Amino acid sequence: MARHEPWSAERASGIIAEHTHLEGATLPILHALQATFGYVDGGAVPLIADALNLSRAEVHGCITFYHDFRAHPAGRHEVKLCRAEACQAMGSDKIHREILGRLGCDWHETTADGSATVEPVYCLGLCANGPAALIDGEPVAHLTADSLDEALAETKRETRQ
Amino acid sequence: MSVTLYVPRDAVALGLGANKVARALFAGAERRGLDVTIVRTGSRGLFWLEPMVEVGTPEGRVAYGPVKVSDVDALLDASLTTGGEHALRLGDPEKIPFLARQQRLTFHRCGVVDPVSVADYRAHGGYRGLEAALKLDAEGIVAAVRDSGLRGRGGAGFPAGIKWNTVMLAKGEQKYVVCNADEGDSGTFADRMMMEGDPFNLIEGMTIAAVATGATRGYIYLRSEYPQAFATLKEAIANGIQAGVLGDDILGSGKTFHLEVRLGAGAYICGEETSLLESLEGKRGIVRAKPPIPALKGFLGKPTLVNNVMTFTAVPWILEHGAKAYADYGMGRSLGTLPIQLAGNIKHGGLIELAFGVTLREVIEDYGGGTRSGRPVRAVQVGGPLGAYFPDHLLDTPLDYEAMAAQKGLVGHGGIVVFDDTVDMAAQARFAFEFCATESCGKCTPCRIGATRGVETMDKVIAGIRPETNLKLIEDLCEVMTDGSLCAMGGLTPMPVMSAITHFPEDFRRAGDLPVAAE
Repeated sequence: MARHEPWSAERASGIIAEHTHLEGATLPILHALQATFGYVDGGAVPLIADALNLSRAEVHGCITFYHDFRAHPAGRHEVKLCRAEACQAMGSDKIHREILGRLGCDWHETTADGSATVEPVYCLGLCANGPAALIDGEPVAHLTADSLDEALAETKRETRQ
Repeated sequence: MSVTLYVPRDAVALGLGANKVARALFAGAERRGLDVTIVRTGSRGLFWLEPMVEVGTPEGRVAYGPVKVSDVDALLDASLTTGGEHALRLGDPEKIPFLARQQRLTFHRCGVVDPVSVADYRAHGGYRGLEAALKLDAEGIVAAVRDSGLRGRGGAGFPAGIKWNTVMLAKGEQKYVVCNADEGDSGTFADRMMMEGDPFNLIEGMTIAAVATGATRGYIYLRSEYPQAFATLKEAIANGIQAGVLGDDILGSGKTFHLEVRLGAGAYICGEETSLLESLEGKRGIVRAKPPIPALKGFLGKPTLVNNVMTFTAVPWILEHGAKAYADYGMGRSLGTLPIQLAGNIKHGGLIELAFGVTLREVIEDYGGGTRSGRPVRAVQVGGPLGAYFPDHLLDTPLDYEAMAAQKGLVGHGGIVVFDDTVDMAAQARFAFEFCATESCGKCTPCRIGATRGVETMDKVIAGIRPETNLKLIEDLCEVMTDGSLCAMGGLTPMPVMSAITHFPEDFRRAGDLPVAAE
C-alpha cells in the first residue's frame, strides 16, 4: 500500500474540487480523501460542506454512518477479517481470536508497532473458500493465523521494495 | 505459434495465489523458450479447483487445477502448453460434471472470456441481446422481460417486467438505471463473479434497460468489499466507451447511455434499494418510506429502475433467445435459472446455475459432495443473513420462491451456507440479532432497538437464565420486528432466529429454568 500523505487542507480542497461535478459527490470525495490521507480528517468536514452546499452536520453524519470511513490514521496495513456466516461455518471465530491474540489488539484497533489495523467485515464474497480476509485490498482464502502472519510479512516486504 | 494460457483473476483465484501462478508460468515458459500469451479471465466458479489454469489447444481448452506455484515447473515439463498429462489435468473444463450438469444461460461466458475486452465479448455472442432490443420499441423490450417471467434476483423476487413498465411509463426529463451491486449477503458471490468475469454482460443488460425505459444515465452501486470487481468494472466501462457500446451513440443507434460505477462504504443496509439511492445521492444510507416507489421517484427524485446484477445479466440472453426460451426453464411462478452459490463448510463450493426447482439436498450432496470437514451436515442457511436455517429433514425443499416461503424461508440471492454438526445454533441466532444491531440504519424502532434487545435476551437464554420465559419474549419480539419494521433488515432478522429456535430447540435449552434470583 502506498504511504499516505500527511493531512493538508489545501490538498484536500483540490481533491474535493475534482469531484464536485458528480451527482451525489459526497461518497466519492470521502473515498478519495481516505485513499490520499488514510483517514478523513475533521478539517475536511467544513471544506466538503462548503463545496457541496451541505451543512456540516450532514457531512459529519455521512462520515460516521459508514463503517469504511475513519477519523484517525490507521496502521500501515489494513487487515479486514470476514465475520459472516459462511466463514463462521469454517471456524472463523476461533481463528479470529487466535489472530487478535497474536497481534495483541482488538477489533478496530491498531497493533502496538503501528503495522496493522484490524477491521471486521461482513462478507467478502469468498464464501466457498473461507475463512476469508483482505489485506490492503488483496484477498486471502482459507485463512489461518499462520497464513495471515505469512501474508502480512509478504505485504511488508513488498511495501519496502 | 503462441499458446494461450488462461489464468483467472477472480478474487477467489487471487486469494489462492493466482497472480503468483501467472508470474511463475510466464517466467517458466520464458526459460524453456516457449511462446505463451497469458489471458487473465474470470472464474468458472469451480472454486475448489482454483487457481484453475486453462490452455488453448487445437482440440479446445484443457484445464489444470488447483495449480500451486510449486506445481508450475512440473506442469510445464509435462507439456502443459500442449495439454499434456499430469496429475492436475482436468481435461475439457466444460466436461467436468459440476459444470456439465448446469444450465448456464447467464454465466456461460464467465471464466471463458477476457473480461475487459469488448472484442472478446462480442466474439462469444455478446451484444446480440442489445442488437435485438434495438430492433424493438420500448414496449416490445418490456414485453420480452415480462413474458420471460424474470423476477428480481436480489431477493425480493418482484416481477422485473412490471418494474420496467412502471419506469418506462413514468414521465420525466431525466430517468436513471441503477444496478444494486451491494451484494452483502454472506454466502453469495454471483454478482462479484459476474462483475469480475463478464462485466459486459451487466453493462449490456443495463444498456437494454436504459433503451427500454428511456434512461440516459446509469450507476452501478458496488460494495467497497469488492476492490477487484471495482477495478474490472472501471476498466470495462472505459473500454466500452472507447468501443462505442456506451456513450452518446450506442452501437450506432443514436441512443445515449452514460454509465458510472460508484463505491459503497461498508454499510449492509445499502443493499436495500431506497437506502442505496440515499447513499448514491451522497447521504447516510437511511431507508426511505414507500411510497413513493423508486420507479417513480428514485435517484434525485427522478424515475429510477433499480435491479440487482443477476436481474440485469439475465436480460441479454432473454432478448437474444426470446422470452419463451427463458420461461421454459424453472417451475411454477419461478421461471428461468437461478445462479446458486454453494458456500460455507462445503467440499465442492462454487457457482451452480440451474433452473428453479432443484432441491437443497441435490445441490449440497450431488454438486457439493458434502461438507469440507467431512462431518455430517446439520444446518443450512439459505438466502443470506436474513434467511432461514434449514435442518436435514427440510433439505428436500425445492429452490423456488413459493416453496421456500411455504417452509418459512426465502431464496434471497441464492446463497446456500452449509454448517456441519459442530455448529451451535443458539450462537447463530444470537449473531443474527447482533448483525442486525450493527447494520440497522436506525430509522425504525423495531429494528434499531429490537435487535439490541434480541442480543441481550438471547444472551440470557444461552446463560441458562429462565430460557423458557426468555424464548417466549424473543418470539414476541420477533413478531414485532416482522410486522413493524420498515424494511427487510428488521423485518427478516426474525427468520434466521425463529428457524434456529424452531428446528434446533435442543441448542436453546441446555439448562433448565433457574430461580429468578439467579437473574
